[in-house]
Amino acid sequence: MSVFLAKRFLTFVATLLGASIVVFLVLEILPGDPSMTLLGADADEEAYAALRLKLGLDEPAVLRYFDWMWGMMQGDFGISYAYSVPVMELVWGAMALTVPLAIFAMLITIVVALGLGVFAASRHNKPGDYVVMAFSQLGIAVPNFWFGILLILFFAVNLGWFKAGGFVQWEDGVWLAVKSLFLPAIALATVQAAILARTTRSAVLETFREDYVRTARAKGLTRSQTLWRHVLRNALIPVITVMGLQFANLLAGTIVIESVFSLPGLGKLVFQGIANRDMPVVKDIVLLLAGMVIVVNFVVDVTYAVIDPRLKVHDV
Amino acid sequence: MALLEVKNLDVTLATSRGPARAVRNLSFDLDRGQTLGIVGESGCGKSMTALALLGLLPENGVTTGSISLGGQDLLALDEDAMCGVRGNRISMIFQEPMTSLNPLHTIGRQVTEPMLIHQGMTRDEARAEAVRLLERVGIASARQRLDNYPHQLSGGQRQRVMIAMALSCKPDVLIADEPTTALDVTIQGQILDLIADLVSESGMALILISHDLGVIAETVDRVLVMYGGAGVETGPTASLFQHLAHPYTQGLFAAVPKLGSGGKGKSRTRLSTIPGLVPELADLPPGCTFADRCDLADDKCAGTMPTVHDVANDAGHRVACLKPDDAKSRMATSEAGA
Amino acid sequence: MSEPVSKNQLMAALTLMTRYRNFVIGAVLTGLVIVCAFLSAVWTPHSAVELAIRSRLQLPSLEHWLGTDHLGRDILSMIMVGAQNSLIVGIVAVSIGVFLGVGLGLWAAAKRGWTEELIMRFSDFTFAFPAVLSAIMITAILGPGAVNSILAIGIYNIPVFARISRGAANAIWSREYIMAAKAAGKGRFRITVEHVLPNITSVIVVQATISFAIAILAEAALSYLGIGTQPPEPSWGRMLNDAQTYATIKPYLAIFPGAAIFLAVLGLNMLGDGLRDILDPRLTRGR
Repeated sequence: MSVFLAKRFLTFVATLLGASIVVFLVLEILPGDPSMTLLGADADEEAYAALRLKLGLDEPAVLRYFDWMWGMMQGDFGISYAYSVPVMELVWGAMALTVPLAIFAMLITIVVALGLGVFAASRHNKPGDYVVMAFSQLGIAVPNFWFGILLILFFAVNLGWFKAGGFVQWEDGVWLAVKSLFLPAIALATVQAAILARTTRSAVLETFREDYVRTARAKGLTRSQTLWRHVLRNALIPVITVMGLQFANLLAGTIVIESVFSLPGLGKLVFQGIANRDMPVVKDIVLLLAGMVIVVNFVVDVTYAVIDPRLKVHDV
Repeated sequence: MALLEVKNLDVTLATSRGPARAVRNLSFDLDRGQTLGIVGESGCGKSMTALALLGLLPENGVTTGSISLGGQDLLALDEDAMCGVRGNRISMIFQEPMTSLNPLHTIGRQVTEPMLIHQGMTRDEARAEAVRLLERVGIASARQRLDNYPHQLSGGQRQRVMIAMALSCKPDVLIADEPTTALDVTIQGQILDLIADLVSESGMALILISHDLGVIAETVDRVLVMYGGAGVETGPTASLFQHLAHPYTQGLFAAVPKLGSGGKGKSRTRLSTIPGLVPELADLPPGCTFADRCDLADDKCAGTMPTVHDVANDAGHRVACLKPDDAKSRMATSEAGA
Repeated sequence: MSEPVSKNQLMAALTLMTRYRNFVIGAVLTGLVIVCAFLSAVWTPHSAVELAIRSRLQLPSLEHWLGTDHLGRDILSMIMVGAQNSLIVGIVAVSIGVFLGVGLGLWAAAKRGWTEELIMRFSDFTFAFPAVLSAIMITAILGPGAVNSILAIGIYNIPVFARISRGAANAIWSREYIMAAKAAGKGRFRITVEHVLPNITSVIVVQATISFAIAILAEAALSYLGIGTQPPEPSWGRMLNDAQTYATIKPYLAIFPGAAIFLAVLGLNMLGDGLRDILDPRLTRGR
């Protein structure tokens, strides 16, 4: 492993640890004793004690943290206060919606943004460029949940092409499930694609100004050969950086969009958890979401190393 | 007819301050095996001339005049046909070896690229040829180097790779734009010698662009001095350095620090400089471009196109100046004083 | 004789406006939001909070320009008052980011070494918690509310400003005049205040404008989710949530509050781009 990757891996592990500590402090220590909220203030002392024992609340905080972490690593997410079922079961079902939705939206974002960005760059200072840039300026300002509502009004209510909301489970047909995620994914992807298209355009334009692009042209490569062989891959580095940063916003957006389309994903689960004061659920989901962001950013770092040979070498 | 004939070349750049004539009415020709040095300060139009030859001017640039290579007018060619000329019949080496190679591609991929697009070689043939080329330009263990990336090479090695790449299709004309400026002094000589050897070996024509008179003097047969986009003096290297017929050439020459010359006293370490700053292209006078900075100039110079005179009895040594005799006599007095 | 001059001046003004069209459009839209917010403090066409069930769900008319909602409240009035809410959230959340973030960034740049490393690692790590996620955590322990959403967005802004000001400050620290100041015996703190901060202001101003837009978007999303501004306080996000329930029968309800958010965010984004064009022309050309 290269020095670059080793450093990044250490940062990755440290960030994951730090995030888990913050989540634990905020959601487990700050709120105080959950047995009060669960039983109400009128219960007798024995009931409190019994519950505290059952929930393991008498153990020191450090031990509870390690218990929690150790459990998470083995897939034991604890027991939901509200439903008395393993949190894992609840989370697993919700993930089957949220993760595909996020990936779906990211794919749309990437395809649309790279296409439009490269197109705009190749039409630099021409009408095509202006049109794409104007649309992206507008797209960046659209609130995704509003756009979701407008999509529902138009495509579901007016045209009847899609259902207004809800999720068809994967078991009931992959195509139907994908179809029920289509509008939400579009709502999520629009803003992200608008941002990424701008990044792509400026990255491509910037790369076109590089000396090695001039060298490629001096070798006799045509403009389009130069674009495909020498510009795109190099321009990908800033684009991927922005993609990584966008993923956090995309996940956050997913939570909001699930609410717009009444989708039973992690977002819905976490809000139920808040309403029910169901801390184990809230805690696990928050850490999962933060964890996904951290993992994606580590993947971005690995991708740098794949793209850029300067980072692959063993002795930096 | 010469191999490369450039006639009345004009390059105009559309800038926010109006059109700027980056190259004005430039003519020269060059035959197989000949070497031409183009010398001048930065911004004098020498790089623009090179890019115009390749048809690679920035988007705001317009070229007029004629550039003919082997009887074919390059300015009349469309973009596709020009792509067939670049890297194939005219090649170019750039100033910055550190940034002129694509950092994400292997050396092998970059050196073989021109052969693959111009000569229809297979990948294996091209690789074999690349090894031969890299060995020729003096890169040790060439076969292993093919799989290296640019960052694993030193600046001098990278410039050798650039040279190998430029030579890969055996071009008729090689343009080297400040090929040694970014390199260590110790490497500079090696690279220049290499270029000179390769030129005499292959019989191609060389255009060497430099701001460094020393580099020019050592490498080329003929010199073209440019100022403000215009050619002010041209001639065989020896004759040009002997006569320094144009006031600008004199200034350029005097600005070079010379060890051991200048005798005793304080003048020894003092560098002579040409008064004034290099003007913005858009601000140049319509007549002689150097009029503003020339101490011999009078009111007529700025408004009138300079006339071309033959210098001494050397064939082909010409100067574009309205006051060649004043310049000549000044030359004579400074010789006497030295 | 005076006519051609004024014509020229007009042309010059027009040229300037087209060159800085981002700034002009952005300033106009942002100005509109600010005017709405201030105006609504003293006057609105109707009450934004009083219920008038009899005139509920009315289409836009001369009486109610943008119609009324399911409780008979005037949409235009609610949007105007909602502008106050968005502005306050934006101002406070961005201020938190600017004061703490720029402070940390300048500190990192001045101290270098492990202080810088620590601050930057901390910034890296807070990126894992987007505003919505922080808001969820805060709501889980404190309950929903406008203050909590401001806090969440503000916390999210801290690393944004820390990174950008540290980057800009590092560039300033390597300049010659800093060397001169050091040689003159000035301390790190004094150099930071006298030389570094004034030179990175334009970068911060531009980022603040863009962060303001992001804050408005985030607040609207949180209010839409029901964990931001609480009723009866009018907020654009909340209005959209209400509107969605009735959207199938009264689609216009969903149009106007969303359009308000959209125009405010668009205006601030364009203002930010425009400021960058004006304050840092080099940056624009490089893009």
